[in-house]
Amino acid sequence: MTKKKRPVIEREEVVVKFVGDSGDGMQLSGTMFSDVAALVGNDLATFPDFPAEIRAPQNTIAGVSGFQVHMGSSKIFTTGDMVDVLVAMNPASLRANLKWAKKGATILTDTDAFEEKAIEKAGYKKDPLKDGSLESYNVIKAPITTLTKESLKDLNIDNKTAERSKNMFALGILYYIFNRDLKPSFHYFEQKFKKKPELIQINKVVLQSGYNYAETIEALESVLQVGPAKMEKGRYRNITGNTGTAWGLLAASEKSGRPLFLGSYPITPATEILMELAKHKSLGAKVFQAEDEIAGICSAIGASYAGSLACTTTSGPGLSLKSEAIGLAVMTELPLVIVDVQRGGPSTGLPTKSEQSDLYQALFGRNGECPVIVVAASTSENCFYYAYMAAKLAMEHMTPCILLTDGYLGFGSTLFRIPKMADMPPINPPMAQANDPEYKPYKRNPENLARQWAIPGTEGLRHRIGGLEKENIMGTVSTDPMNHQIMTDLRAGKVEKVAEYIPEQEIDGDPTGDLLVVSWGGTYGAVHSAVEQMHKEGKRVSHAHFHYIMPLPKNTGDILKGFKKIVVCELNSGQFVNYLRMKFPMPNITQFNKVQGLPFMINELTNKFNQLLEEK
Amino acid sequence: MDFVNMTVERSKVQLTKTDFESDQMVKWCPGCGAHAILAAVERVFPKIGYRKENFCIVSGIGCSSRFPYYVNTYGIHGIHGRAAAISTGVKIANPRLSVWMATGDGDSLAIGGNHFIHIIRRNVDINILLFNNQIYGLTKGQYSPTTPMGKVTKTSPQGTIEHPFTVGELVMGAQGTFFARVPDNNINMMTEAMFEAAKHDGTSIVEIMQNCIIFADKAHNEVTGKEVKDDTMLVVKNGEPMVFGKNHEKGLVLRDTRLEVVEIGQNGITIDDILVHDQYSQDPGIHLMLAKIAPPNYPMVFGVIRSAMFPTYDDMVEEQIKYAKETSKIRNVDDLLNSGDTWEI
Repeated sequence: MTKKKRPVIEREEVVVKFVGDSGDGMQLSGTMFSDVAALVGNDLATFPDFPAEIRAPQNTIAGVSGFQVHMGSSKIFTTGDMVDVLVAMNPASLRANLKWAKKGATILTDTDAFEEKAIEKAGYKKDPLKDGSLESYNVIKAPITTLTKESLKDLNIDNKTAERSKNMFALGILYYIFNRDLKPSFHYFEQKFKKKPELIQINKVVLQSGYNYAETIEALESVLQVGPAKMEKGRYRNITGNTGTAWGLLAASEKSGRPLFLGSYPITPATEILMELAKHKSLGAKVFQAEDEIAGICSAIGASYAGSLACTTTSGPGLSLKSEAIGLAVMTELPLVIVDVQRGGPSTGLPTKSEQSDLYQALFGRNGECPVIVVAASTSENCFYYAYMAAKLAMEHMTPCILLTDGYLGFGSTLFRIPKMADMPPINPPMAQANDPEYKPYKRNPENLARQWAIPGTEGLRHRIGGLEKENIMGTVSTDPMNHQIMTDLRAGKVEKVAEYIPEQEIDGDPTGDLLVVSWGGTYGAVHSAVEQMHKEGKRVSHAHFHYIMPLPKNTGDILKGFKKIVVCELNSGQFVNYLRMKFPMPNITQFNKVQGLPFMINELTNKFNQLLEEK
Repeated sequence: MDFVNMTVERSKVQLTKTDFESDQMVKWCPGCGAHAILAAVERVFPKIGYRKENFCIVSGIGCSSRFPYYVNTYGIHGIHGRAAAISTGVKIANPRLSVWMATGDGDSLAIGGNHFIHIIRRNVDINILLFNNQIYGLTKGQYSPTTPMGKVTKTSPQGTIEHPFTVGELVMGAQGTFFARVPDNNINMMTEAMFEAAKHDGTSIVEIMQNCIIFADKAHNEVTGKEVKDDTMLVVKNGEPMVFGKNHEKGLVLRDTRLEVVEIGQNGITIDDILVHDQYSQDPGIHLMLAKIAPPNYPMVFGVIRSAMFPTYDDMVEEQIKYAKETSKIRNVDDLLNSGDTWEI
């Protein structure tokens, strides 16, 4: 291929968003685009943005599906607020996403899709490509559908198949803009369509034609170049949060020697964990798709009793249904990992949008005094690590552990530095030994208050457990008032003691100062970026991002004391902030909240921080 | 014929009833039918011959569900209605356990109805002892899904207005592979049915017509009472004609598409005309009819009504795992982490 020398514009980071109808193949274009970015060494984060319906009516705003890629030559922490390049395959997708485009952004459109009807359906009065409303953007108007069909005319392809590959034409144009190599994508087609060889050729031809077309029309005068990021040496891959969670559980199973059992029921946005684990029977994973959420967790409790690393995965509404059973696991003191991939609530709420509003439910949503460990992942990449840690803590401390992630982390992807299993922390569940004459079902390790795990089938350890209050040590049913007090205190003490086994809370910035920004879970990227922005502006702001929620790291109180003002930022109405106030009643704890199903924007955070710094 | 499941390890010594007696005080009401069920279990477990550590009893909530505390095996007393789900987890996690579930008509047919039909549909190898006393006992006398229509209870002072479930019909509707019905006043019949349940690979439902002496006393007496039972109970045995009556003078025949009661020796009917029981038939047609019929027009059928061979869920789980282990390139988590697209930086 002959290349004309184009001037190069070096960019530290670029945000690209592919949007179109749900059937337009935007998820695939986005994934392929990000894979190629990863290959040239960009750091990146991606997020698919799709409607709750599988195929909402064509050309409507409700049917718009998108995939956002944020790539950079420096560390990428978020999926990006505003878009540099927007690929809009129809009027509805343009209308729904223009608000995210930076002024001067490049917008690639398929002019063939801008027919009168589609324009009207999108809610436009006039054709936005012709009425001058896009003057402040760099719009590439390409008849993509026509050109796609044209490029395939020698192959004798039916119209429908031809039209379906128009996303590859658009992708070809983007490859030209970013000067990407087409070969890895060709290779990808060869793998993906092994069983349908005709599709290999179609996709190759269309991708190449898109590229050539862009070259011919000189789509952009200069190449947008994003150089390789400086990253820690190692082997990398791209990973979504949900895959990371699934793999973290598998890793914990292998490390602990306890076989993995997952009892789960499909629910957005957690289903991918169930689907991912179902693929890994070769690692001995037993995956049970239950008849409902309750059966999911109850089967896991049965499997835990039988000696498995037992897990159940769900989202908010499912966690509600599991509440009673979590109580059973607390009472029976069995290890259990409950993953809640949070979404917008209450009730069915916003299934495909993200929120942090299940924290109260995770901490308190059960009958009786019912403490469990609560851990939260903060990036798609560290879902692996925190799923592993949730399993480690559950097994070593013989208690349920709730892992909170969210739809943003679960669906989103980041680069993941592949760990070696040998480097993962050890997991030593307190297994009871056969015929141990000292064995008693509720006898505890005095260090961490965990009881022993005695597995059915083991000689000399027959015992019964259940949801009725148990006599301390012996484990028989007891209604004795003082025993109930002792057991209640022991169950609480056991979870509190976990603080001795988790790392101290880290702080980014000075340990004292005017303002401490506190966050937890999936908001890490945005809050970290906002704090970094403040540092660049020379402001004294520190940041504490929490992963361990119940119990809190033991230095939490000391950290809070070092600051004049504290602001807790979360995507709910203030759940972590109230939890902190409960534990550390301090008048200077303020809050910043958003409940829109959307992540924080960096500038809304910095505005808030600046405002707090200015206020006396 | 004392061959039972080979995947469960057998005891090297002959166990007895005392091996399974628990040290806990049994707190059922004096005269409750559950005592007899407990006695039958303690009798049948040694006979089954598995290692005592390989038995696991799971229950939900209710009078029946105190059962695990009263037998010296591994056991878990769950939450209301969920015993089927908990048992499923135990069995999938360790198929070498003999898993028994103690439940009641409220536990399994009301709050746990969903889990009940799904465990049966999946054919998980669990033995379910369903204590059917047609009442909520532990909450003191409210009607249940098996309470006969019109019955006055604490929550139906004018009589219930609900159509009751017939357990066997529900089991067949959920594609059940094993169904037996036994009365709590016949320990031999209970023991035999439990033994057959243990032998059966798949979900076995043993419906025990149990008497609640406090809240639904003699509820089953119209069928299982001494004075009437000869004419109201038909006990089926595999390969034998379905006869009943004091002198085995009555029997069942299939006429057109329905069962009919006939008298042997009348209208030219001989023993050869009587239906012969085939508990192993895969087609549930006759089994369903047998499970449904009841006085006054028919006898109620007891014994093992259905015991058909189908693959079990837990066996298929093991097979899929075995196949995956033999064929997959991913043998450990390091392999998994490094599979697919990865690159060095």
